[in-house]
Amino acid sequence: METYTAMRHFADSWGLLAMTLFFLAVVGFTLRPGARKAAERAAEIPLKED
Amino acid sequence: MKYTTETIVLAVGAFLALLGAAFAQDKLFGAHMWVLFFVLLTGTVFMIRRISFAPAKVAASSDDGSYFDEVVKYGVIATVFWGVVGFLVGVVVALQLAFPDLNIEPWLNFGRTRPLHTSAVIFAFGGNALIATSFYVVQRTSRARLFGGNLGWFVFWGYQLFIVMAATGYLLGITQGREYAEPEWYVDLWLTVVWVAYLVAFLGTIMTRKEPHIYVANWFFLSFIVTVAMLHIVNNLAIPVSFLGVKSYSAFSGVQDALTQWWYGHNAVGFFLTAGFLGMMYYFIPKQVNRPVYSYRLSIIHFWALIFMYIWAGPHHLHYTALPDWAQTLGMVFSIMLWMPSWGGMINGLMTLSGAWDKIRTDPIVRMMVMAVAFYGMATFEGPMMSIKSVNSLSHYTDWTIGHVHSGALGWNGLITFGAVYFLVPKLWKRERLYSIRMVNWHFWLATLGIVVYAAVMWVAGIQQGLMWREYDEQGFLVYSFAETVAAMFPYYVLRAVGGGLFLLGALIMAYNVTMTILGYQRDEAPIPGAAPALQPAE
Repeated sequence: METYTAMRHFADSWGLLAMTLFFLAVVGFTLRPGARKAAERAAEIPLKED
Repeated sequence: MKYTTETIVLAVGAFLALLGAAFAQDKLFGAHMWVLFFVLLTGTVFMIRRISFAPAKVAASSDDGSYFDEVVKYGVIATVFWGVVGFLVGVVVALQLAFPDLNIEPWLNFGRTRPLHTSAVIFAFGGNALIATSFYVVQRTSRARLFGGNLGWFVFWGYQLFIVMAATGYLLGITQGREYAEPEWYVDLWLTVVWVAYLVAFLGTIMTRKEPHIYVANWFFLSFIVTVAMLHIVNNLAIPVSFLGVKSYSAFSGVQDALTQWWYGHNAVGFFLTAGFLGMMYYFIPKQVNRPVYSYRLSIIHFWALIFMYIWAGPHHLHYTALPDWAQTLGMVFSIMLWMPSWGGMINGLMTLSGAWDKIRTDPIVRMMVMAVAFYGMATFEGPMMSIKSVNSLSHYTDWTIGHVHSGALGWNGLITFGAVYFLVPKLWKRERLYSIRMVNWHFWLATLGIVVYAAVMWVAGIQQGLMWREYDEQGFLVYSFAETVAAMFPYYVLRAVGGGLFLLGALIMAYNVTMTILGYQRDEAPIPGAAPALQPAE
């Protein structure tokens, strides 16, 4: 198979799947129960001092 | 401070530039090396005058563990300066289109002043704003001094050298003909060196942070630095014809070259003009309204969604070309999906004001930032719409695209930067307040009105242009010749220059206001109504 064809097929199968899963995992991790407190603390960082 | 090594390096650089001028393969390279020689020579003379010959331990060190703000001050001044220059060239370019006699050959032709304008506003104005604010923000949110000692100075001055070399190159007629990546190979190599130093300074500060969490603004700034490095290197892969000549040839050819260029071009929008400036939004809006960001978790999702999607959107610049159809569709689909994270981010920025909406009325700086976020929302709605193939078949190559770019660049990038500048100047120079708050208000209205005139005129111009180009008569002949569609644009081009002129006027007011603040003056003026809460008598 040509390199172009091979890479193109990899990109729209396993590559796409891996990136979608990573993205969903990131969103899931961000929204996990218990993340709210950590997020609220992080949001205060710029307001703490100058 | 002792700058002996730096001065010697500068002097050697000046000498090498002189050699480059002497042994140049072509006239343009020789001329460009003369420019470089005089710039470096001036730098050397300045440095020699600043060298302290006192023994090292007597010479005072500025590295006292506090924040490295001196370079941020220079960055803010450079931002204002290049902003005014870039907007001025923009107005000139707009007038050149309306009145072709203003094309003064050969150095001030539209073909040369146009990249001068785009690079001046994107890279000189926007780039300096990003470097200055990222250095300011990363130190505060990491609670650590900027990493690398004088590395910050190298990044700042190295970047100015890049700007000067790029700008003089355009006017001389040196270009590799890639949009937003016009500088030739030797200037590209220099920018790579500066950019790596920037990455080291920024990442080093994050690595040495005293705050356990990396604040979201730094995520955006870091993704901007890393991605721009990647884009810049890949898009500029080229083989120079000679080591002492300007000409180089791209490593890619044909449609691959075109796609590489627009992968670069669109991600320059996505990561330079969006991710970096979102870093500003996520720091300066919470600071100015004194409230945490509306939803920190939404900002994290905004970040990941943006970087996962933007990188695929480039092919929408190549609709109906030799690019494979699946790639065009891919670019279109990802562009449409981008609408969601963009609006998530816009809502997050706007809702940060919840409970403090009155500040839009009483604080012109907040008003400016809110308008910036509103334009972010508008531009990121219009963009995906224009990436739809059937819409693109009307809008592509017309002035609608120019209008879209300017509502994003003037509205979003411009206004958020002005807001950051107005926030930073009193803080950095330790002034109680700006010279004049009312002038900020004037700037706000001039800029907003200018953008509205500009964008509205370009919509009308672009759609008219697109419709004229595709107008067939009943026998299947084109109704208008191309020259007729150009002539029809005249009133719109004049109005566009008016819109740009208003925006420039606002920037001049900012430059005056910032200068007077730095010099320590305060204008005697009535406060904005409602700004200072009036004390109520006890009931």
